[in-house]
Amino acid sequence: MNWARKDLLGLEELSKEEIELILTTAESFKEVSSREIKKVPALRGKTVVNLFYEPSTRTRVSFEVAAKRLSADVINIATETSSVKKGETLIDTGKNIEALKADIIVIRHNYSGAAAMLARHVNLNVVNAGDGWHEHPTQALLDIFTLKEKLGRIEGLNVSIVGDIAHSRVARSNIWGLTKLGAKVTVCAPKILIPLGIEKMGARVTVDIDEALEKADAVNVLRMQFERDQNDAFPNQLEYFKQFGITQERLAKVKKDIIVMHPGPINRGIEIASEVADGRHSVILEQVTNGIAVRMAVLFLVAQANEPSL
Amino acid sequence: MKEKTKILDKETIGRSVTRIAHEILEKNKGTKDLCLVGIRNRGVYIAARLAGLIKKIENEDVPAGVLDITFYRDDLDLITAKPVVRKTEIDFDITDKNIILVDDVLYTGRTIRAALDALADLGRPKSIQLAVLIDRGHRELPIRPDYVGKNIPTAANENIEVHLEETDGKDEVVLLEK
Repeated sequence: MNWARKDLLGLEELSKEEIELILTTAESFKEVSSREIKKVPALRGKTVVNLFYEPSTRTRVSFEVAAKRLSADVINIATETSSVKKGETLIDTGKNIEALKADIIVIRHNYSGAAAMLARHVNLNVVNAGDGWHEHPTQALLDIFTLKEKLGRIEGLNVSIVGDIAHSRVARSNIWGLTKLGAKVTVCAPKILIPLGIEKMGARVTVDIDEALEKADAVNVLRMQFERDQNDAFPNQLEYFKQFGITQERLAKVKKDIIVMHPGPINRGIEIASEVADGRHSVILEQVTNGIAVRMAVLFLVAQANEPSL
Repeated sequence: MKEKTKILDKETIGRSVTRIAHEILEKNKGTKDLCLVGIRNRGVYIAARLAGLIKKIENEDVPAGVLDITFYRDDLDLITAKPVVRKTEIDFDITDKNIILVDDVLYTGRTIRAALDALADLGRPKSIQLAVLIDRGHRELPIRPDYVGKNIPTAANENIEVHLEETDGKDEVVLLEK
């Protein structure tokens, strides 16, 4: 299996084999992070630009740590303090970064498709760090990596994704990735937060949280994105916690080794109870650690691909 | 590439590896502070065989580790068949140890250069020695082996392939020609 893609834009277009190659490569990078000298020279002399149009701390820091452990130089551009404020377009910004002779752009943007558009206009490697409601491929890859590490396989697992599915790029990337690897995915949310046609991606839909948890080997809990609730249509926080919150009581009734994941930041007492977030089912902090290995693997693979993807 | 001659077979490979095991013990005066590190892919299996032989000769266990040097290569931009990266598995401290680095074929020396960098990131060994099954010449760096199974001078249009039972189903070394 050879990696030939210049960019990582989403999991929808990847094959099962490509996803597995990223996961295997990430395993060796995890070993690197466990050493006293947590750095290898694989991307020495390369420049990685983190271009973030949305506020983000954990993803940006994770990419920054990943690039630095590969010996790349990292430049962070937060658009609030850049020429974007003066009206520069995304493509112009991309071309300027290219003129600086950078090698990889990691982009986070509030518009779906922004990463793909940038990738079409520059010759640099583009890595999507989240575009609108579309995809967040490295988050799904680290979720899948963590699951595989914990349970030894993905094929045949029942994975439930609970929370704001409608606005979630994490949910979409997870559904693509998990179903390609042979897992059965269930999404669970208040009806208003389940997008039309999500079944076509291969996910089962339910509005009953206990039913979603019943057969699950793992549950991926998403944050309620109340800031996106412009029409005041979401249930209120207390109501949501009562109906959909992941609590010890709910977990006591299901598979005793169920794994609880969350992409962060967590809102204790809204989508997840504090005791669960800190409890034995939770792998939330392991996800953060694994995120570095997965992002190192992605940066390493795209940087190696000297042929543009076909 | 087509096969020109078979250079070593199962018996001759076995004798070469056995001799190297004895030479390692002779030079290092036994197994004290000795560690084996095999370079992926086939170096790993030769290192494991050396560990087995040393155990048989001295009745002492010598730790054997696995080194993947992909992150340290200087030719990742040049080669078209990208290697799949696998884990480095060295679960012992290499500091102040005598490391025997093991590979199947020594050619330009660039793999060994990368392996030396990789080891330097893991600790500070007392010494690093190099054992290879085949030395085919054409060095591009000032690197020489301490233990050699067989020297095989090759021409530019020739290639050496080492096949091992563990990876290829049988033990043999063949010379290929374009």
